[in-house]
Amino acid sequence: MIRKPFQWIVNRLPYSEPFLFVDEILKVDEKSAEGTYTFKPDATFYDGHFKNNPVTPGVILTECCAQIGLVSLGLYLLGEENNIEDLKIGMSSSQMEFLLPVFPGERVRVTSELIYFRFHKLKCNVKMFNEEDKLVCKGILAGMMGVHNE
Amino acid sequence: MLEEIKYQKLKDIIKIYLPEDVTVADVEQNSHFMNDLNINSANLVDIVLDVEDAFDIRLENDDMDQMQTVNDAMAIIDTKLKSK
Repeated sequence: MIRKPFQWIVNRLPYSEPFLFVDEILKVDEKSAEGTYTFKPDATFYDGHFKNNPVTPGVILTECCAQIGLVSLGLYLLGEENNIEDLKIGMSSSQMEFLLPVFPGERVRVTSELIYFRFHKLKCNVKMFNEEDKLVCKGILAGMMGVHNE
Repeated sequence: MLEEIKYQKLKDIIKIYLPEDVTVADVEQNSHFMNDLNINSANLVDIVLDVEDAFDIRLENDDMDQMQTVNDAMAIIDTKLKSK
């Protein structure tokens, strides 16, 4: 099995099923992050979005971009040695454009580029690609992120 | 830089981040960013970043913590400009 060097980030994400939208972090450094997620065909939101025509909701795509592009990058920037039991986190703005639909079972790849991380505010350019490497959605996300003991 | 020009420059930045229910006329020297002007912490960061660009200064975490009111912001800008 190939070692996943960034698994510690996934383990620290403050989400669980049914609202975890990160499978693996592929790359992360001081300025960028990249990760993947496969949308589960049996996710409950497909029952209602849309009636008899399951398509991944834009808010879920945004959430996936935020969990990989914003929160995972933020956890990396806060540092592996930082005790983050007291993580304070919240999305503050999202400006997204949606270009292609994502269907149940599709695997997506999210890339993120840091705009800034200052005074606990993290802002990034995010992009999501499908398996054909076509751009699914893109935008700018920002959130507040910090640890209590700072 | 004249005080009035500085104040106007700051107000022009604050204006961008005011919520719908607050107008630029509500901004006074002793206005508290969060309590009086309803600016959230995320937008307060944007104000600080814009202030840095507009005045060509750099603020630290301590400055951010002290910046509660418009007057506080003016004082911090003054200090930073003097130490340039």
